[in-house]
Amino acid sequence: MATINFSVNGTSHAIDTDPLRRLLDILREDLKLTGVKEGCGEGECGACSVLKNGILVNSCMIPIGTCEGTEIITPEGLRETVQGKAIIDAYGESGAVQCGFCTPGMMMATEALLRKNPSPSEGEAREALSGNLCRCTGYDMIIDGVLKAAERGKGLW
Amino acid sequence: MVDSYRPLSLKEALDLRADTGAMPFAGGTDLMVRYRYESGAIPDYPRPVMFVNQLDDLRKIRRIDHGLSIGAAVTMTEVLDHDDVPEILKEALLTIAAPGLRNTATIAGNICNASPAGDSICALYALDAGVKLQSPGGERIEPIYQFITGPGKIDLHADEILTEIIIPEDHSTIHLFKKVGTRRANALSKLTLSAVARISDSRIDEIRIAIGAVAPTVVRSLELEKRMEGRSLKEVALEAEDILRDYDALVQPIDDQRSTAVYRKRVAMNLVRHFLLGVVLQQKGA
Repeated sequence: MATINFSVNGTSHAIDTDPLRRLLDILREDLKLTGVKEGCGEGECGACSVLKNGILVNSCMIPIGTCEGTEIITPEGLRETVQGKAIIDAYGESGAVQCGFCTPGMMMATEALLRKNPSPSEGEAREALSGNLCRCTGYDMIIDGVLKAAERGKGLW
Repeated sequence: MVDSYRPLSLKEALDLRADTGAMPFAGGTDLMVRYRYESGAIPDYPRPVMFVNQLDDLRKIRRIDHGLSIGAAVTMTEVLDHDDVPEILKEALLTIAAPGLRNTATIAGNICNASPAGDSICALYALDAGVKLQSPGGERIEPIYQFITGPGKIDLHADEILTEIIIPEDHSTIHLFKKVGTRRANALSKLTLSAVARISDSRIDEIRIAIGAVAPTVVRSLELEKRMEGRSLKEVALEAEDILRDYDALVQPIDDQRSTAVYRKRVAMNLVRHFLLGVVLQQKGA
Protein backbone atom coordinates (compact mmCIF):
# COMPACT_ATOMS: atom_id res chain seq x y z
CA MET A 1 0.00 0.00 0.00
CA ALA A 2 1.06 3.55 -0.66
CA THR A 3 -0.47 7.00 -0.73
CA ILE A 4 -0.70 8.37 -4.24
CA ASN A 5 -1.13 12.12 -4.62
CA PHE A 6 -2.51 13.24 -7.94
CA SER A 7 -5.19 15.48 -9.36
CA VAL A 8 -8.21 14.52 -11.41
CA ASN A 9 -10.08 17.19 -13.36
CA GLY A 10 -8.49 19.88 -11.18
CA THR A 11 -9.30 18.26 -7.82
CA SER A 12 -6.45 16.95 -5.67
CA HIS A 13 -6.65 13.42 -4.33
CA ALA A 14 -4.54 11.42 -1.88
CA ILE A 15 -5.51 7.77 -2.30
CA ASP A 16 -4.23 4.92 -0.14
CA THR A 17 -4.04 1.92 -2.39
CA ASP A 18 -1.89 -0.73 -4.03
CA PRO A 19 0.33 1.10 -6.58
CA LEU A 20 -0.22 -1.74 -9.04
CA ARG A 21 -3.95 -1.07 -9.43
CA ARG A 22 -4.89 0.33 -12.81
CA LEU A 23 -5.63 4.04 -13.18
CA LEU A 24 -8.79 2.90 -15.01
CA ASP A 25 -10.08 1.11 -11.91
CA ILE A 26 -9.20 3.98 -9.57
CA LEU A 27 -11.13 6.39 -11.79
CA ARG A 28 -14.17 4.16 -12.26
CA GLU A 29 -14.41 2.36 -8.91
CA ASP A 30 -12.92 4.76 -6.37
CA LEU A 31 -13.78 8.12 -7.95
CA LYS A 32 -16.94 6.96 -9.78
CA LEU A 33 -15.85 8.60 -13.01
CA THR A 34 -17.59 6.15 -15.30
CA GLY A 35 -17.19 8.25 -18.43
CA VAL A 36 -13.91 6.34 -18.67
CA LYS A 37 -14.90 3.01 -20.25
CA GLU A 38 -13.22 -0.36 -20.18
CA GLY A 39 -13.40 -1.95 -23.61
CA CYS A 40 -10.61 -4.42 -24.28
CA GLY A 41 -8.46 -3.88 -21.19
CA GLU A 42 -5.30 -4.34 -23.24
CA GLY A 43 -4.61 -1.01 -24.88
CA GLU A 44 -6.20 -1.82 -28.22
CA CYS A 45 -9.52 0.05 -28.20
CA GLY A 46 -8.97 3.46 -26.63
CA ALA A 47 -12.31 3.52 -24.74
CA CYS A 48 -10.40 4.20 -21.49
CA SER A 49 -8.44 7.15 -22.90
CA VAL A 50 -7.59 9.99 -20.53
CA LEU A 51 -5.03 12.79 -20.52
CA LYS A 52 -2.10 12.35 -18.15
CA ASN A 53 -0.19 15.62 -17.84
CA GLY A 54 -1.84 16.64 -21.10
CA ILE A 55 -0.77 13.49 -22.95
CA LEU A 56 -3.22 10.91 -24.30
CA VAL A 57 -2.88 7.52 -22.57
CA ASN A 58 -4.90 4.33 -22.21
CA SER A 59 -5.81 4.25 -18.52
CA CYS A 60 -6.04 0.42 -18.57
CA MET A 61 -2.27 0.37 -19.22
CA ILE A 62 -1.31 2.71 -16.36
CA PRO A 63 -0.64 1.51 -12.80
CA ILE A 64 -1.66 4.20 -10.32
CA GLY A 65 1.87 4.02 -8.87
CA THR A 66 3.13 5.87 -11.94
CA CYS A 67 0.65 8.72 -11.41
CA GLU A 68 2.27 10.35 -8.36
CA GLY A 69 2.14 14.13 -8.85
CA THR A 70 0.35 13.93 -12.21
CA GLU A 71 -2.72 15.72 -13.51
CA ILE A 72 -5.40 13.52 -15.04
CA ILE A 73 -8.25 14.78 -17.22
CA THR A 74 -11.18 12.44 -17.84
CA PRO A 75 -14.19 12.92 -20.13
CA GLU A 76 -16.04 14.38 -17.10
CA GLY A 77 -13.39 17.10 -16.89
CA LEU A 78 -13.23 17.69 -20.62
CA ARG A 79 -16.97 18.24 -20.99
CA GLU A 80 -16.86 21.19 -18.56
CA THR A 81 -14.36 23.11 -20.72
CA VAL A 82 -15.18 25.32 -23.73
CA GLN A 83 -13.02 23.06 -25.86
CA GLY A 84 -14.89 19.99 -24.64
CA LYS A 85 -18.23 21.64 -25.36
CA ALA A 86 -17.05 22.47 -28.89
CA ILE A 87 -16.09 18.83 -29.45
CA ILE A 88 -19.41 17.57 -28.05
CA ASP A 89 -21.42 19.94 -30.26
CA ALA A 90 -19.40 19.05 -33.36
CA TYR A 91 -19.78 15.31 -32.74
CA GLY A 92 -23.51 15.77 -32.26
CA GLU A 93 -23.96 17.74 -35.46
CA SER A 94 -21.87 15.25 -37.42
CA GLY A 95 -23.83 12.21 -36.29
CA ALA A 96 -20.61 10.88 -34.79
CA VAL A 97 -22.33 9.11 -31.90
CA GLN A 98 -24.32 5.91 -32.19
CA CYS A 99 -24.11 3.54 -29.22
CA GLY A 100 -21.77 6.00 -27.51
CA PHE A 101 -19.43 3.55 -25.80
CA CYS A 102 -16.33 4.66 -27.71
CA THR A 103 -17.32 8.34 -27.72
CA PRO A 104 -15.67 9.53 -24.47
CA GLY A 105 -12.35 8.00 -25.58
CA MET A 106 -12.73 9.42 -29.08
CA MET A 107 -13.30 12.87 -27.58
CA MET A 108 -10.19 12.59 -25.38
CA ALA A 109 -8.13 11.67 -28.46
CA THR A 110 -9.71 14.62 -30.31
CA GLU A 111 -8.77 17.00 -27.49
CA ALA A 112 -5.19 15.63 -27.45
CA LEU A 113 -4.94 16.15 -31.22
CA LEU A 114 -6.34 19.69 -31.25
CA ARG A 115 -4.05 20.78 -28.41
CA LYS A 116 -1.07 19.78 -30.56
CA ASN A 117 -2.49 20.63 -33.95
CA PRO A 118 -5.51 22.98 -33.95
CA SER A 119 -6.19 22.62 -37.68
CA PRO A 120 -5.54 19.00 -38.61
CA SER A 121 -5.96 17.49 -42.05
CA GLU A 122 -8.29 14.54 -42.45
CA GLY A 123 -5.27 12.22 -42.51
CA GLU A 124 -3.89 13.69 -39.31
CA ALA A 125 -7.27 13.29 -37.63
CA ARG A 126 -7.46 9.63 -38.69
CA GLU A 127 -3.93 9.00 -37.38
CA ALA A 128 -4.70 10.75 -34.07
CA LEU A 129 -7.81 8.62 -33.52
CA SER A 130 -6.26 5.40 -34.86
CA GLY A 131 -6.04 3.91 -31.36
CA ASN A 132 -9.79 4.26 -30.79
CA LEU A 133 -12.12 1.60 -32.10
CA CYS A 134 -15.76 2.20 -33.02
CA ARG A 135 -18.00 -0.69 -34.08
CA CYS A 136 -21.01 1.45 -35.12
CA THR A 137 -20.22 4.47 -37.22
CA GLY A 138 -17.62 3.33 -39.72
CA TYR A 139 -15.50 6.27 -38.50
CA ASP A 140 -16.29 8.79 -41.26
CA MET A 141 -18.78 10.74 -39.14
CA ILE A 142 -16.37 10.79 -36.21
CA ILE A 143 -13.64 12.24 -38.41
CA ASP A 144 -16.21 14.79 -39.66
CA GLY A 145 -16.84 15.66 -36.01
CA VAL A 146 -13.15 16.19 -35.32
CA LEU A 147 -12.72 18.44 -38.35
CA LYS A 148 -15.90 20.35 -37.51
CA ALA A 149 -14.69 20.88 -33.93
CA ALA A 150 -11.41 22.25 -35.26
CA GLU A 151 -13.20 24.60 -37.64
CA ARG A 152 -15.91 25.81 -35.27
CA GLY A 153 -13.60 26.01 -32.30
CA LYS A 154 -10.89 27.96 -34.10
CA GLY A 155 -8.84 29.91 -31.55
CA LEU A 156 -9.89 27.74 -28.61
CA TRP A 157 -6.80 25.51 -28.72
CA MET B 1 -0.10 -9.91 -4.59
CA VAL B 2 3.44 -8.62 -5.14
CA ASP B 3 5.37 -5.63 -3.86
CA SER B 4 6.12 -2.63 -5.98
CA TYR B 5 8.90 -0.07 -5.75
CA ARG B 6 9.36 3.43 -7.02
CA PRO B 7 13.07 4.23 -6.69
CA LEU B 8 14.11 7.85 -7.04
CA SER B 9 17.63 7.34 -8.38
CA LEU B 10 19.28 4.90 -10.76
CA LYS B 11 21.56 3.74 -7.96
CA GLU B 12 18.57 2.93 -5.77
CA ALA B 13 16.96 1.12 -8.70
CA LEU B 14 20.07 -0.98 -9.35
CA ASP B 15 20.31 -1.94 -5.67
CA LEU B 16 16.61 -2.84 -5.54
CA ARG B 17 16.93 -4.92 -8.68
CA ALA B 18 19.89 -6.82 -7.23
CA ASP B 19 18.27 -7.29 -3.81
CA THR B 20 14.69 -8.14 -4.77
CA GLY B 21 14.84 -9.35 -8.39
CA ALA B 22 12.07 -6.87 -9.20
CA MET B 23 10.93 -6.53 -12.81
CA PRO B 24 11.80 -3.14 -14.31
CA PHE B 25 8.56 -1.52 -15.47
CA ALA B 26 8.96 1.39 -17.91
CA GLY B 27 5.91 1.93 -20.14
CA GLY B 28 4.38 -1.36 -19.03
CA THR B 29 2.33 -1.81 -22.18
CA ASP B 30 3.56 -5.39 -22.64
CA LEU B 31 3.67 -6.31 -18.93
CA MET B 32 0.12 -5.05 -18.29
CA VAL B 33 -1.17 -7.24 -21.12
CA ARG B 34 0.93 -10.31 -20.34
CA TYR B 35 -0.07 -10.40 -16.67
CA ARG B 36 -3.58 -9.03 -17.11
CA TYR B 37 -5.99 -10.70 -14.73
CA GLU B 38 -9.69 -10.04 -14.36
CA SER B 39 -11.27 -6.68 -15.08
CA GLY B 40 -10.88 -4.50 -12.01
CA ALA B 41 -8.18 -6.71 -10.51
CA ILE B 42 -4.47 -6.09 -10.14
CA PRO B 43 -2.43 -7.79 -12.88
CA ASP B 44 -0.99 -11.11 -11.79
CA TYR B 45 2.71 -10.25 -11.69
CA PRO B 46 4.94 -13.21 -10.83
CA ARG B 47 7.63 -11.03 -9.23
CA PRO B 48 7.88 -7.63 -7.53
CA VAL B 49 7.54 -4.67 -9.88
CA MET B 50 9.87 -1.70 -9.98
CA PHE B 51 8.71 1.46 -11.76
CA VAL B 52 11.57 3.13 -13.61
CA ASN B 53 9.83 5.77 -15.72
CA GLN B 54 10.33 8.44 -13.06
CA LEU B 55 14.13 8.10 -13.19
CA ASP B 56 15.65 11.20 -14.83
CA ASP B 57 18.79 9.23 -15.72
CA LEU B 58 16.71 7.02 -18.01
CA ARG B 59 14.65 9.82 -19.55
CA LYS B 60 17.28 11.39 -21.79
CA ILE B 61 18.11 11.23 -25.46
CA ARG B 62 21.67 12.46 -25.92
CA ARG B 63 24.38 12.61 -28.52
CA ILE B 64 27.38 10.48 -27.66
CA ASP B 65 30.65 9.84 -29.48
CA HIS B 66 29.70 8.49 -32.90
CA GLY B 67 26.05 8.03 -32.12
CA LEU B 68 22.97 8.53 -30.05
CA SER B 69 21.90 7.21 -26.65
CA ILE B 70 18.21 6.74 -25.88
CA GLY B 71 17.32 6.26 -22.20
CA ALA B 72 15.30 3.18 -21.34
CA ALA B 73 12.33 5.18 -20.03
CA VAL B 74 12.03 7.49 -23.04
CA THR B 75 8.64 6.92 -24.68
CA MET B 76 8.23 6.09 -28.35
CA THR B 77 6.52 9.46 -28.91
CA GLU B 78 9.51 11.25 -27.41
CA VAL B 79 11.83 9.32 -29.73
CA LEU B 80 9.61 10.25 -32.70
CA ASP B 81 9.77 13.94 -31.71
CA HIS B 82 13.58 14.01 -31.55
CA ASP B 83 15.53 15.45 -34.49
CA ASP B 84 18.61 13.22 -34.23
CA VAL B 85 16.82 9.87 -34.42
CA PRO B 86 17.47 7.96 -37.68
CA GLU B 87 14.54 8.01 -40.10
CA ILE B 88 14.20 4.23 -40.36
CA LEU B 89 13.61 3.95 -36.60
CA LYS B 90 10.97 6.68 -36.78
CA GLU B 91 9.24 4.91 -39.66
CA ALA B 92 9.19 1.70 -37.62
CA LEU B 93 7.85 3.45 -34.50
CA LEU B 94 5.04 5.06 -36.47
CA THR B 95 3.74 1.59 -37.38
CA ILE B 96 3.57 0.51 -33.72
CA ALA B 97 0.13 0.55 -32.05
CA ALA B 98 -1.39 4.06 -31.97
CA PRO B 99 -0.59 7.47 -30.42
CA GLY B 100 -1.97 6.71 -26.93
CA LEU B 101 0.15 3.59 -26.54
CA ARG B 102 3.22 5.21 -28.09
CA ASN B 103 2.87 7.94 -25.45
CA THR B 104 3.48 5.25 -22.83
CA ALA B 105 5.47 2.45 -24.49
CA THR B 106 9.26 2.45 -24.65
CA ILE B 107 11.79 1.00 -27.08
CA ALA B 108 13.59 -0.61 -24.15
CA GLY B 109 10.38 -2.47 -23.34
CA ASN B 110 9.98 -3.56 -26.94
CA ILE B 111 13.54 -4.96 -26.79
CA CYS B 112 13.12 -6.72 -23.43
CA ASN B 113 9.82 -8.23 -24.53
CA ALA B 114 11.92 -9.72 -27.36
CA SER B 115 9.07 -10.66 -29.64
CA PRO B 116 10.30 -11.74 -33.11
CA ALA B 117 7.60 -9.34 -34.36
CA GLY B 118 8.84 -6.31 -32.37
CA ASP B 119 8.89 -3.56 -34.98
CA SER B 120 11.42 -1.25 -33.34
CA ILE B 121 13.70 -4.25 -32.74
CA CYS B 122 13.89 -4.99 -36.46
CA ALA B 123 14.90 -1.39 -37.24
CA LEU B 124 17.49 -1.46 -34.43
CA TYR B 125 19.11 -4.56 -35.99
CA ALA B 126 19.43 -2.64 -39.26
CA LEU B 127 20.96 0.30 -37.39
CA ASP B 128 23.46 -2.03 -35.67
CA ALA B 129 22.24 -0.82 -32.29
CA GLY B 130 23.45 -1.96 -28.91
CA VAL B 131 22.07 -1.95 -25.38
CA LYS B 132 23.73 -0.75 -22.21
CA LEU B 133 23.15 -3.04 -19.22
CA GLN B 134 23.96 -1.75 -15.75
CA SER B 135 24.28 -3.55 -12.43
CA PRO B 136 25.56 -2.40 -9.03
CA GLY B 137 28.93 -3.86 -10.01
CA GLY B 138 29.37 -2.25 -13.41
CA GLU B 139 28.06 -2.06 -16.94
CA ARG B 140 28.39 -3.71 -20.32
CA ILE B 141 27.25 -2.94 -23.84
CA GLU B 142 25.97 -5.74 -26.08
CA PRO B 143 24.87 -5.66 -29.71
CA ILE B 144 21.12 -6.14 -29.91
CA TYR B 145 21.54 -9.29 -32.01
CA GLN B 146 23.44 -10.89 -29.13
CA PHE B 147 21.23 -9.52 -26.37
CA ILE B 148 18.08 -11.09 -27.82
CA THR B 149 18.56 -14.85 -27.75
CA GLY B 150 15.11 -16.23 -28.63
CA PRO B 151 11.40 -15.45 -28.62
CA GLY B 152 10.88 -13.60 -25.32
CA LYS B 153 14.44 -14.45 -24.27
CA ILE B 154 17.15 -11.92 -23.47
CA ASP B 155 20.63 -12.08 -22.01
CA LEU B 156 19.80 -9.92 -18.98
CA HIS B 157 21.43 -10.93 -15.70
CA ALA B 158 19.35 -11.05 -12.52
CA ASP B 159 21.04 -7.91 -11.15
CA GLU B 160 20.99 -5.89 -14.37
CA ILE B 161 18.76 -3.19 -15.84
CA LEU B 162 18.75 -2.18 -19.49
CA THR B 163 19.44 1.53 -19.14
CA GLU B 164 20.23 2.83 -22.63
CA ILE B 165 19.90 1.99 -26.29
CA ILE B 166 22.99 2.95 -28.23
CA ILE B 167 22.59 3.75 -31.92
CA PRO B 168 25.77 4.31 -33.95
CA GLU B 169 25.79 7.31 -36.26
CA ASP B 170 23.67 6.45 -39.29
CA HIS B 171 25.58 7.10 -42.53
CA SER B 172 23.17 5.26 -44.78
CA THR B 173 22.28 6.85 -48.11
CA ILE B 174 19.21 4.67 -48.61
CA HIS B 175 16.86 2.82 -46.33
CA LEU B 176 13.67 0.82 -46.55
CA PHE B 177 11.27 -0.05 -43.75
CA LYS B 178 8.19 -2.10 -44.51
CA LYS B 179 5.73 -3.61 -42.09
CA VAL B 180 3.12 -6.06 -43.28
CA GLY B 181 0.14 -6.25 -40.95
CA THR B 182 -3.61 -6.71 -41.12
CA ARG B 183 -4.42 -3.04 -40.65
CA ARG B 184 -2.47 0.19 -40.31
CA ALA B 185 -2.94 0.87 -36.59
CA ASN B 186 -2.87 -1.46 -33.60
CA ALA B 187 -1.80 -4.51 -35.59
CA LEU B 188 1.08 -6.79 -34.73
CA SER B 189 3.34 -7.58 -37.67
CA LYS B 190 2.99 -10.54 -39.95
CA LEU B 191 6.54 -9.64 -40.94
CA THR B 192 8.81 -6.62 -41.27
CA LEU B 193 11.82 -5.61 -43.32
CA SER B 194 14.34 -3.00 -42.20
CA ALA B 195 17.27 -2.36 -44.50
CA VAL B 196 19.89 0.35 -44.87
CA ALA B 197 22.82 0.84 -47.22
CA ARG B 198 25.53 3.37 -47.91
CA ILE B 199 26.46 3.59 -51.56
CA SER B 200 29.21 5.78 -52.96
CA ASP B 201 30.92 5.70 -56.36
CA SER B 202 28.84 2.70 -57.41
CA ARG B 203 30.17 0.76 -54.45
CA ILE B 204 28.37 -0.69 -51.44
CA ASP B 205 30.25 0.70 -48.45
CA GLU B 206 27.79 -0.59 -45.91
CA ILE B 207 24.62 -2.68 -46.03
CA ARG B 208 22.43 -4.18 -43.32
CA ILE B 209 19.27 -6.17 -43.90
CA ALA B 210 17.01 -7.26 -41.02
CA ILE B 211 13.85 -9.32 -41.40
CA GLY B 212 11.39 -9.57 -38.51
CA ALA B 213 8.85 -12.26 -37.55
CA VAL B 214 10.23 -14.90 -39.94
CA ALA B 215 12.42 -16.82 -37.46
CA PRO B 216 12.81 -17.15 -33.65
CA THR B 217 14.79 -13.90 -33.65
CA VAL B 218 15.15 -11.12 -36.24
CA VAL B 219 17.13 -12.45 -39.21
CA ARG B 220 20.32 -10.58 -40.01
CA SER B 221 23.38 -12.14 -41.66
CA LEU B 222 26.72 -10.46 -40.94
CA GLU B 223 28.27 -12.92 -43.36
CA LEU B 224 26.06 -12.00 -46.30
CA GLU B 225 26.46 -8.31 -45.53
CA LYS B 226 30.25 -8.70 -45.54
CA ARG B 227 30.00 -10.46 -48.87
CA MET B 228 28.44 -7.33 -50.38
CA GLU B 229 30.35 -4.61 -48.56
CA GLY B 230 33.28 -2.91 -50.29
CA ARG B 231 32.26 -4.29 -53.65
CA SER B 232 30.94 -2.58 -56.74
CA LEU B 233 27.27 -2.69 -57.63
CA LYS B 234 28.23 -4.53 -60.83
CA GLU B 235 29.99 -7.29 -58.93
CA VAL B 236 27.13 -7.68 -56.47
CA ALA B 237 24.61 -7.74 -59.33
CA LEU B 238 26.33 -10.82 -60.73
CA GLU B 239 25.96 -12.63 -57.40
CA ALA B 240 22.57 -11.26 -56.45
CA GLU B 241 20.61 -14.45 -57.09
CA ASP B 242 23.11 -16.43 -55.02
CA ILE B 243 22.82 -13.96 -52.16
CA LEU B 244 19.03 -14.06 -52.31
CA ARG B 245 19.14 -17.86 -52.14
CA ASP B 246 21.25 -17.62 -48.99
CA TYR B 247 18.76 -15.17 -47.43
CA ASP B 248 15.96 -17.53 -48.43
CA ALA B 249 17.59 -20.30 -46.39
CA LEU B 250 17.64 -18.05 -43.29
CA VAL B 251 13.98 -17.10 -43.56
CA GLN B 252 12.19 -19.85 -41.61
CA PRO B 253 8.76 -18.58 -40.61
CA ILE B 254 5.94 -20.40 -38.84
CA ASP B 255 2.16 -20.54 -39.09
CA ASP B 256 0.38 -18.69 -36.29
CA GLN B 257 -2.80 -16.67 -35.70
CA ARG B 258 -1.43 -13.69 -37.62
CA SER B 259 -0.17 -15.30 -40.80
CA THR B 260 1.10 -18.44 -42.48
CA ALA B 261 4.64 -19.61 -43.06
CA VAL B 262 4.09 -19.68 -46.82
CA TYR B 263 2.82 -16.11 -46.96
CA ARG B 264 5.55 -14.79 -44.69
CA LYS B 265 8.28 -16.49 -46.69
CA ARG B 266 6.99 -15.23 -50.02
CA VAL B 267 6.47 -11.64 -48.91
CA ALA B 268 9.70 -11.43 -46.91
CA MET B 269 11.75 -12.67 -49.86
CA ASN B 270 9.91 -10.34 -52.25
CA LEU B 271 10.87 -7.44 -50.00
CA VAL B 272 14.52 -8.48 -49.69
CA ARG B 273 14.62 -8.94 -53.47
CA HIS B 274 13.04 -5.52 -53.95
CA PHE B 275 15.56 -3.86 -51.65
CA LEU B 276 18.55 -5.51 -53.26
CA LEU B 277 17.56 -5.50 -56.93
CA GLY B 278 15.04 -2.68 -57.01
CA VAL B 279 16.69 -0.19 -54.67
CA VAL B 280 20.39 -0.89 -53.99
CA LEU B 281 21.39 -2.04 -57.47
CA GLN B 282 19.39 0.74 -59.11
CA GLN B 283 21.55 3.41 -57.51
CA LYS B 284 23.38 5.73 -59.88
CA GLY B 285 26.15 4.07 -61.85
CA ALA B 286 25.04 0.48 -61.28
